[in-house]
Amino acid sequence: MENKQTVLGHIGFSIFAWIVGLLIFFPIFWMVLTSFKTELEAVSMPPAFFDFDWTLENYAEVQARSDYFRFALNSVILSVGSTLVGLLFAVPCAWAMAFNPTKRTKDTLLWMLSTKMMPPVGVLVPIYLVFRDWGLLDTRFGLIMVLFLMNLPIMVWMLYTYFKEIPSDILEAARMDGATLLKEIIFVLLPMAVPGIASTMLLNIILAWNEAFWTLNLTTADAAPLTAFIASYSSPEGLFWAKLSAASTLAVAPILIIGWFSQKQLVRGLTFGAVK
Amino acid sequence: MGAIRLENVKKTFGTIDVIPGVDLDINDGEFVVFVGPSGCGKSTLLRLIAGLEDVTDGKILIDGIDVANEPPAKRGLSMVFQSYALYPHMTVYNNIAFGLKMAGESKAVIKEKVQNAAKILNLTDYLERRPGALSGGQRQRVAIGRAIVRNPAAFLFDEPLSNLDAALRVNMRLEITGLHQDLKTTMIYVTHDQVEAMTMADKIVVLQAGRVEQVGKPMDLYSNPANKFVAGFIGSPKMNFLGGDYAKKHNCYEIGIRPEHFTISTESGDIAATVKIAEHLGAETYLHINADGVGPMTVRATGEVPLSEHDKIWLTPEPDRIHRFDAQGTALAKQ
Ligand SMILES: Nc1ncnc2c1ncn2[C@@H]1O[C@H](COP(=O)(O)OP(=O)(O)OP(=O)(O)O)[C@@H](O)[C@H]1O
Ligand SMILES: [Mg+2]
Repeated sequence: MENKQTVLGHIGFSIFAWIVGLLIFFPIFWMVLTSFKTELEAVSMPPAFFDFDWTLENYAEVQARSDYFRFALNSVILSVGSTLVGLLFAVPCAWAMAFNPTKRTKDTLLWMLSTKMMPPVGVLVPIYLVFRDWGLLDTRFGLIMVLFLMNLPIMVWMLYTYFKEIPSDILEAARMDGATLLKEIIFVLLPMAVPGIASTMLLNIILAWNEAFWTLNLTTADAAPLTAFIASYSSPEGLFWAKLSAASTLAVAPILIIGWFSQKQLVRGLTFGAVK
Repeated sequence: MGAIRLENVKKTFGTIDVIPGVDLDINDGEFVVFVGPSGCGKSTLLRLIAGLEDVTDGKILIDGIDVANEPPAKRGLSMVFQSYALYPHMTVYNNIAFGLKMAGESKAVIKEKVQNAAKILNLTDYLERRPGALSGGQRQRVAIGRAIVRNPAAFLFDEPLSNLDAALRVNMRLEITGLHQDLKTTMIYVTHDQVEAMTMADKIVVLQAGRVEQVGKPMDLYSNPANKFVAGFIGSPKMNFLGGDYAKKHNCYEIGIRPEHFTISTESGDIAATVKIAEHLGAETYLHINADGVGPMTVRATGEVPLSEHDKIWLTPEPDRIHRFDAQGTALAKQ
């Protein structure tokens, strides 16, 4: 009896999961589909699913009108750059919190995370002014700094949960073996934490890649990443759904592909510590 | 050289006084065992010597030099952890070589030393494996190998055998004793195990609540415990303690008699008792008895004893094996 119930439960749960998955996936699917339609078909009612004239003209036009690769390069530089700078700070920080905790470590972690709860628009004006005065507007360096600071709490938090799982005995053994602090971190801690660091990096690259608030507000041309590329198709062009879809598809494609190939890492990273 | 001297070493964690003040002398080449109940501060004391914890106060002298404020690397000691603490991402070779690499030894020297250690510890065939692909005993040997290649002033062991099964534990115990005889290096060894303490130690340090209760040769502690705590802690099964009239007869507050120091008779004796449980092990027999006017006691008889549940027996303690204690638990001279 109980077996049958659990089987039914599994089936019900699977159906539910599929529905949720499809709901989440549908807009992306629709965007990709629309990018292959003509502008007319894109807005036709009722919408066509597959029986339309497939065309690549949107992609050709998008590339002709704005240089996709320049934006893409900026996206890569900003996301990878901010992640690498972030690691430089997050690793020592998480090391200290995981292996030399104090009474206030937990509070500090929570406080760091709480900064993520503040709406970024609240600090837009001061940061904009600082950027303007320091000549950081529309520079990659400035953007990397902002993105790195935005994601630092998450990086520290993720690395902390990873490092927590590493027995401190092993680090102490390295200390007894005469390793300096730097060598202990480089030769012992980091190699053991490779999966954790990989998924932390991956998540941060994705977050930085998709970050639209700061990238749109602090760049104009030189440092503008793909988010700006998409945005440039939304307002001035009015309702050119097909071209907007093509631009968006091009923008999310790289990260979607990376995400697809590394989903195992990602899931493990996000649930690490939750299931021992 | 590895003479270690602790002078008034103190350690507090927050407001908890874990080590209120320990003085201890360990001679070069000595095998010293720390024993004591769980939570008494054995590991903490060892970690203080290692430098993995900072002392709150006091001096730690290694060959006359105070190292209390030096990092572990500068103290020239090796440690073997209960969990082995091998580097999981390195091969056995690299695990053993790591300390030498950190010390900046040349490749050739490292290779020679690692292979030498591997030979002593029977690890030659496993040098290219990762720790994950080794048995518990092999891992423990790698941990020991990692400790010996650095040629330390002293070895520190924190319950190194407690994760091994009984048979392997006996083997490793003999290996470590053999290693000590070969290397003649100072060893400090923390254990819960009576047998390890009695068989391996030149000197046993009995700790309780961060205090040294007694220091001495194993047989000295067995024959002449300084107080009731040591008397009860050293020896297995535990010493029996009798108060009241039995103690008065010996002019003291309490007397202690080890389970193996009774003469058993089925006809007459000092203490009348009933057998509750008889455990026949072949070579010896443990009798858990209920003594009239005393309560439960344990008696150990050699060989097979034809006694079983409900049998009436009489016990007579061996007169020169009776330990006497005052009301504070301090041992009094034997009568
Ligand atoms: N980092 C720490 N912070 C606070 N208290 C600690 C810390 N480390 C140890 N203690 C406390 O110090 C006391 C001694 O601990 P220790 O680990 O030295 O005991 P032990 O004798 O090795 O015990 P066991 O035989 O169980 O290993 C314990 O009461 C423990 O709770
Ligand atoms: Mg311990």
